[in-house]
Amino acid sequence: MGSHEDRDGDTAPRRYSDTTLRVNGKPHTLSVDHRRVLLDVLREDLDLWGAKKGCDHGQCGACTVLVDGRRLNSCLLLAVALDGCEVTTVEGLAGDGEELHPLQRAFLDRDAFQCGYCTPGQICSALGAITEAAAGHPSRVTDPAAPSGEPVRLDKGEIRERLSGNLCRCGAYPRIVEAVEDVIP
Amino acid sequence: MRTFDYVRATSVTEAADALATRPGARCLGGGTNLVDLMKLGVERPATLVDVSRLPLDTIEELPDGSLRVGATVRNSDLAAHPAVRYRWPALSQALLAGASGQLRNAATTGGNLLQRTRCPYFQDVTKPCNKREPGSGCGARDGVHRDHAVLGHSAHCIATHPSDMAVALSALDARVELYGAQGARSVAAAEFHRLPGDRPEQDTVIGPGEIVTGVLLPAATAGVPSAYRKARDRASYAFALASVAAVVRVGDGVVTRAGIAFGAVAHRPWRARRAEEALIGAAPTEAAFEHAVDLELSAAQPLRDNAYKVPLARALAVDVLTRLTAAART
Repeated sequence: MGSHEDRDGDTAPRRYSDTTLRVNGKPHTLSVDHRRVLLDVLREDLDLWGAKKGCDHGQCGACTVLVDGRRLNSCLLLAVALDGCEVTTVEGLAGDGEELHPLQRAFLDRDAFQCGYCTPGQICSALGAITEAAAGHPSRVTDPAAPSGEPVRLDKGEIRERLSGNLCRCGAYPRIVEAVEDVIP
Repeated sequence: MRTFDYVRATSVTEAADALATRPGARCLGGGTNLVDLMKLGVERPATLVDVSRLPLDTIEELPDGSLRVGATVRNSDLAAHPAVRYRWPALSQALLAGASGQLRNAATTGGNLLQRTRCPYFQDVTKPCNKREPGSGCGARDGVHRDHAVLGHSAHCIATHPSDMAVALSALDARVELYGAQGARSVAAAEFHRLPGDRPEQDTVIGPGEIVTGVLLPAATAGVPSAYRKARDRASYAFALASVAAVVRVGDGVVTRAGIAFGAVAHRPWRARRAEEALIGAAPTEAAFEHAVDLELSAAQPLRDNAYKVPLARALAVDVLTRLTAAART
């Protein structure tokens, strides 16, 4: 991590830092204002408009992306703190060709949206949730006696609980749950 | 948002030093609360000391049966750890009852303890708030206070602490480990957060320049039946209206150990010492639990619009205690 203002001496507060992010497999080294969150860097600097700004306060989930494989709200992540991290947005899910990710396909097949604004966040969040369940992470509705480390089977109740951080103002929840069910291994 | 300097700490001493020597410095963990408060203008740090990559990200089972949880362990990882799930289940349940999957993936153990109240007056810089701006008054006392405290509040502040995790830590007799210029120390989790009194701006007993390095779960509560139950406005992803964490052991037909803490009713997790004392030596009956919990909640001083919290907290506690001791009654 470098600084643009080192030449001003050690005492001057620095406001920018060079930060390297790998986004959808491509490295980017950016001079970021410390105040910038990942969501704004993705949308405004990297022209990746998939992650959406809904509430900008971590309450709606529309900005959900995967950072080092974990789902996070990109509106609450200071980009400077992510130096060296691997970010995957909805744009990075499809294969090299035109082939959609199976979960994207399932959202289309199930008509799991109306306006579509929350959809990229729903899809990234669902992918994170599926990974977590496969690794044996419990949710609030998982049987407390379930064996540790064993994959958790995602029924409708589990999917609803695990995706509760993604709001859909159109109310497409039943079909979102069905789309996720379609791709559970 | 005000501009700020950013320092990534590589050691605990470096972090504590930066925090102590840089005026207006704040620690950045997962940022789920701090970054939000910076956007709102409530927090205006001159420097962020990023502690999220400190080597405090491990959960260690100690030879004496206790468990040391590093301050940067993420909430989701802590909730999923087998020792926590099966030996201190109230903690796993409390973590999983809080926030969303995304937020639990970001939030750290230390940051969860140090998160600020969600009182809407605290979060709105156009409103009076003694916690945000000492001496400016309390907008909530005669305003919108359905979610606010019924126990231990003061004329200066009626805010509640929002954490679910901290309620479980309080009941489980956990300790919070701190490091600062004076060296390392630990305080009981039940004593870590303060009541507001006339200094509501001070949420905890943490000293200037001190950082949270971890949490210790004691062997004494390992494997003792425990649970967390939370009531809220919707089934998931909402702060508690009232919650309870309890740990109870029954031997020879009587309660031999009891730890009970209420959440969302006070400026800190409310450890129910009076109820606990009343239960020790008593048969674990529903009537005994009701009597003990009523003793505790007799101290409640509800406000105009939050008296519902008292019977809600009572029902939650009696239910959890009754379920935890069901096996001992058969």
